[in-house]
Amino acid sequence: MPANPFNNHTEYGIGIGLRVPHYRHILEKKPVVDWFEIISENFMVDGGRPLEILDKILEQYRVVQHGVSMYFGSADKPDREHLKRLKTLTRRTQTPWLSDHLCWGSVDGRYTHDLLPMPYTFAVARHTAAKIREVRDFLEIPICVENVSSYTEFHQSEMTEWEFLSEVVEKADCGILLDVNNIYVSSKNHSFDPYDYVTGVPHHRVGQVHIAGHTKYKKYILDTHDHPVLDPVWKLYERAIQLCGHTATLLEWDDRIPTFDEVHNEALKATKFLGETSGKSAAARAPEAVAA
Amino acid sequence: MAKRPVKAPRRARPKLSPPRIGSVRELRQFQRVMAEALFRPLTAGDGLQPTWSDGRTTRSVVEEFVKPNDRLTAMERVEIYARSYWFRVLDCLYDDYPGVHSIIGVKCFMKLTTAFLAECPSESFTLRNLGSRLPQFITDNPAFTAPRTALAVDMAWFEWAQVVAFDGMALPPITEDEILDAGPALKVALQPYLGIMQCSYPVDEFALALKKRDSALRGESSNAVSALKGKRAGARPRLPRREAICVAVHRQQNMLFFKRLEPEAYAILTALRAGRTLSAACVAALRNANPAIDWAARVREWFQAWQSLGWLCRRPARGRS
Repeated sequence: MPANPFNNHTEYGIGIGLRVPHYRHILEKKPVVDWFEIISENFMVDGGRPLEILDKILEQYRVVQHGVSMYFGSADKPDREHLKRLKTLTRRTQTPWLSDHLCWGSVDGRYTHDLLPMPYTFAVARHTAAKIREVRDFLEIPICVENVSSYTEFHQSEMTEWEFLSEVVEKADCGILLDVNNIYVSSKNHSFDPYDYVTGVPHHRVGQVHIAGHTKYKKYILDTHDHPVLDPVWKLYERAIQLCGHTATLLEWDDRIPTFDEVHNEALKATKFLGETSGKSAAARAPEAVAA
Repeated sequence: MAKRPVKAPRRARPKLSPPRIGSVRELRQFQRVMAEALFRPLTAGDGLQPTWSDGRTTRSVVEEFVKPNDRLTAMERVEIYARSYWFRVLDCLYDDYPGVHSIIGVKCFMKLTTAFLAECPSESFTLRNLGSRLPQFITDNPAFTAPRTALAVDMAWFEWAQVVAFDGMALPPITEDEILDAGPALKVALQPYLGIMQCSYPVDEFALALKKRDSALRGESSNAVSALKGKRAGARPRLPRREAICVAVHRQQNMLFFKRLEPEAYAILTALRAGRTLSAACVAALRNANPAIDWAARVREWFQAWQSLGWLCRRPARGRS
């Protein structure tokens, strides 16, 4: 298996998100799980039960941090207090890499707490890449940026989303957390071919993949993370793994959360695709293969 | 708990979104316009308000930067984000202030929190801090909670104290030997997570009655879209009658607890939090106390209890408490 610097040369398999309704089950039953992804912001606190739970999880499991509020695409500079708290947490978890979204969500110090899409321009790509570098240099761990699901497109955009993602990660020299569900959701909302997206990103930079469920409405699809993964997303995932090779994969399930076993079993369906494609990974991951 | 008026900072009124985004300044201008679209309260039909803050139509403002597609107009596309924003933040406050919405009812609570968020949007990266200014906002804007404002204010401070007690900082507790060795001149701090308050209503009993009815857990941050929660099932407990109490909100083994305090005990703890020495705190708190009571014995009992609960700690070098 090739080393990937963007997930710190680790060989993680299938993980699931650590969520409150599963705490008791995990701590009492100690199920075999390759790794858990935590939402960093839930543990960037000064004390109390969240950190107690986290420490117990860390005694048994590998944890990877995933953030929802770094807002690499915001015009504002990174918040130093935020960065300090995040760094403290990374020291605690020993997360091998850290992910957050390619989006914006705050301006002038006011927060939307949402993952808002960006205008895809070269100037915005330069600014975003510079922020990613600044954060990575401060935290001293590899960073993967995740593509978000979106519901709007902007007149000011100068390129496709996947071209923008590629531009940013090349300039920042960082990894990609490729969310195939988000690609599918956006492809339906913006009428593009999701396979063009998966084909068009630099595969050697993909350090992690997200899969999740979504909800279909009459005129658009909403990224709700409250369902099992749908078939078209599994197919897209299969293609992504063929192109990227064996990649750490995580199932997100954040609302109407079923039992731990149900979530874990859904995530383990990814084994089929990881197993089928792991042999092709070396060729797929090499930068030359991407260029070709 | 510092009580200061909630004042919304003056902000530049966003102009039109720039036609092209070739600099950080233009990116900021674009983001100000989009954020303004999201931060303005929704209409009764959960849509964007038809008129922009400067009198133009919202449609014309939005169409400057958002593309329509074959199914949705530019307005409809932004409305997806606006609804997501409002449902998320209102839901968060609903979770953090169950007592307040039980006191004033869900409809009034939604009006209160919508007005609060319109004036005080989040200034923190974490939703945990979203409601930190709500108790003061209720105090400053009594019309939203009338005629139950006094009870709502007490409950709001009490519920914010629970947020702090849940995950606030804990410093190494001071030992009994350290207290004895240092003598009365010792400056003791209270744990940062400890909340102490004087209330006009027994909000602790009301909160416990609510908890029995509804054992819902606090929500957690997530980046998925979810619908606003509906009204919880079950009858609301009877509203409490006016009764002056002093109460502490604290945690033991990371579980939340409430503890009633005698007024003199509350006065000592308040003085300690304000930076007084042990002896000065006791003198100030007991100046007008009933001389027939053996206060020395009682104060000793209190300190033993507080010390065993881990409430007391050394004052940090920079006076944080």
